[in-house]
Amino acid sequence: MTEFYALVTGPLAWVAFGIFIIGLVYRFVSMLALAKAKDGSSLAYMSWFYGIRSILVWMIPFKSMGWKSDPLATVTTFVFHIGFLLVAVFLNAHVVLWDTNFGISIPSLPTYVGDIVSFVVIATCAVFAYRRFALPQVKSVTKCQDWFALILVVLPFITGVLAYHQVGPVLLMTTLHVIFAEILLALIPFTRLSHALFVLFTRAYMGSEFGGVRNANDW
Amino acid sequence: MSHIADRIISDVGLESGVASLTPEKIEAVVTRVLKGETGAKLKVYKETCMRCGLCSQGCHFYMSHDQDPSYSPVSKATETMYELIDKKGKVSPERIYQMAQIAFTECNLCKRCAHYCPVGIDIAYVMITVRRICYLLDVVPQYIRDTAHSHSSTMNQMWVKDDEWIDSLQWQEDEARDEFPGLRIPLDKEGADVYYSVIGPEPKFRTQLIYQAAAIMNAAGIDWTMPSHPGWDNSDMCMYVGDWENMGRIKRAHYESAMKLRCKRIVMGECGHAFRSIYDMGNRWLGYKEMPIPVIHAIQFYWELIQDGKIKITHKYEKPVTIQDPCNIIRGRGLMDKLRDVVHFLCDEVVEMTPNREHNYCCCAGGGVINCGPPFKNTRMTGNRVKAEQLKNTGVKDIVIPCHNCHGGIEDIIGYYDLGMHGHFIGDIIYELMEKPEV
Repeated sequence: MTEFYALVTGPLAWVAFGIFIIGLVYRFVSMLALAKAKDGSSLAYMSWFYGIRSILVWMIPFKSMGWKSDPLATVTTFVFHIGFLLVAVFLNAHVVLWDTNFGISIPSLPTYVGDIVSFVVIATCAVFAYRRFALPQVKSVTKCQDWFALILVVLPFITGVLAYHQVGPVLLMTTLHVIFAEILLALIPFTRLSHALFVLFTRAYMGSEFGGVRNANDW
Repeated sequence: MSHIADRIISDVGLESGVASLTPEKIEAVVTRVLKGETGAKLKVYKETCMRCGLCSQGCHFYMSHDQDPSYSPVSKATETMYELIDKKGKVSPERIYQMAQIAFTECNLCKRCAHYCPVGIDIAYVMITVRRICYLLDVVPQYIRDTAHSHSSTMNQMWVKDDEWIDSLQWQEDEARDEFPGLRIPLDKEGADVYYSVIGPEPKFRTQLIYQAAAIMNAAGIDWTMPSHPGWDNSDMCMYVGDWENMGRIKRAHYESAMKLRCKRIVMGECGHAFRSIYDMGNRWLGYKEMPIPVIHAIQFYWELIQDGKIKITHKYEKPVTIQDPCNIIRGRGLMDKLRDVVHFLCDEVVEMTPNREHNYCCCAGGGVINCGPPFKNTRMTGNRVKAEQLKNTGVKDIVIPCHNCHGGIEDIIGYYDLGMHGHFIGDIIYELMEKPEV
């Protein structure tokens, strides 16, 4: 088990990070090439100013019509994304990882805060699941890929919390946590989670069209 | 929750089109469009759409049908384009019928849902691309298909013959000279400041609008002209059918007709979709990032006339009015403030609709839906109860509507929901109120 743990946290971790980074670069470069070949009449209107303006405006909760229309979804979305990034990057155990593996030292969350935020992220995933089960306008368009993405995201959090609170065999839970996190990382570029990359461009493009051509707000 | 299969409407164009389809033909056309015509934009939209359903409340169809999820924008995209992509075009002819009915008659391409989608998916682009596929499969509602045929054979949407066009203009000029003895509708005047263009229905059955425009030009002392040749019609139903090739021909004819006369700029009448076709779609198809000749909408033209003191009114319109913000002019081109300046100049009391400006609800006629004709009139009526409620809540009887499609759609809604209201073009009101110096 210990050797397996070493494998998972050693070579497999490098593989996961490699796939994640190379995958994102590949998706970006190939999509850009396709856009240049086929979407000239859209690319021509991309604007740094209006694109960034749109991204920033949509980062303000309850600013846009969409964020106003469904407060539960809005709060859940913001809390989930902020919580996800906080835990993934600033959890104290992860900060140690950055330091030992990459020599990057960044401040870390107090332990109890990291713990609370992890629980909150799991709760927001439960709300996402509730929306997919219960709301007709979400349920009717939910596909397997949507569930798959949600499960991919929640598994590292559940196993992480279990490992931290020493529920079940600690080494097994920690190993599972690392494996699920690696799977998540490696699959981000190739699943619905690729929106982490592409949303910047869809949002910026909509902002550019509305700001530059349509002279109206896109929120 | 309902399903498109439960509300199929009989239409000769859709039925005869589907009758000649084979699975191979469908697959070939879908592949041709997906591989040949679309690119990263569509691909990223499909992948990045998180199926969160937040777009739902942006759609008047969804809101009017008691939040029936089958009318939400994401559902319409899922039932059409997303399925075509997932199945690589391997769908049955019956399914194409359903997709065509969704794309042509249950989405006005108004882009209101853009204000609701956090990731920025352009559902209107997705739906018009579905129309493109249906058009290439020859599955198009008969009425709008006929309109597009008229465009491609006569360069106007109403089968108006070249001589009839000139006759209509001269008839209006002749009538107007009773009221304004010095009035002219100058044809083909080279180098004029203003090239005035209208949509096909104006010479056909809204000729009073040409009369009024001539009266306003005359009173304001504008150096203007109208062309005697094809290119005069600024409308473009080929754009909404998905017939890009003819959309391009029509737009080129329109721009070039003004450019050949070396006019300074084109002023369009009060139409929304025609405006979209020149600043958004037709120009891009022809490879123009901007328009090759300046083109402005009537709202901006009236606004300039008012700023320059060229329109003088004898009194203000006494009855309270509300303002319809047409999607292609307001959400599409940001003329909301100028529209308000003009209406407040003309009218004593303005009661705003809620929501308004770029968040206004669509009239449900635009995007070519009213052009799909009588078979789909009820689709528009039941699909826009929210507009009826929105109008009723203003408590006024008069609506300023600076768009032809909005006019048709809202007049129908007024009748269907028995609202007792009446729509006016800005030109109607200016004509009614303006000083008529030669009288």
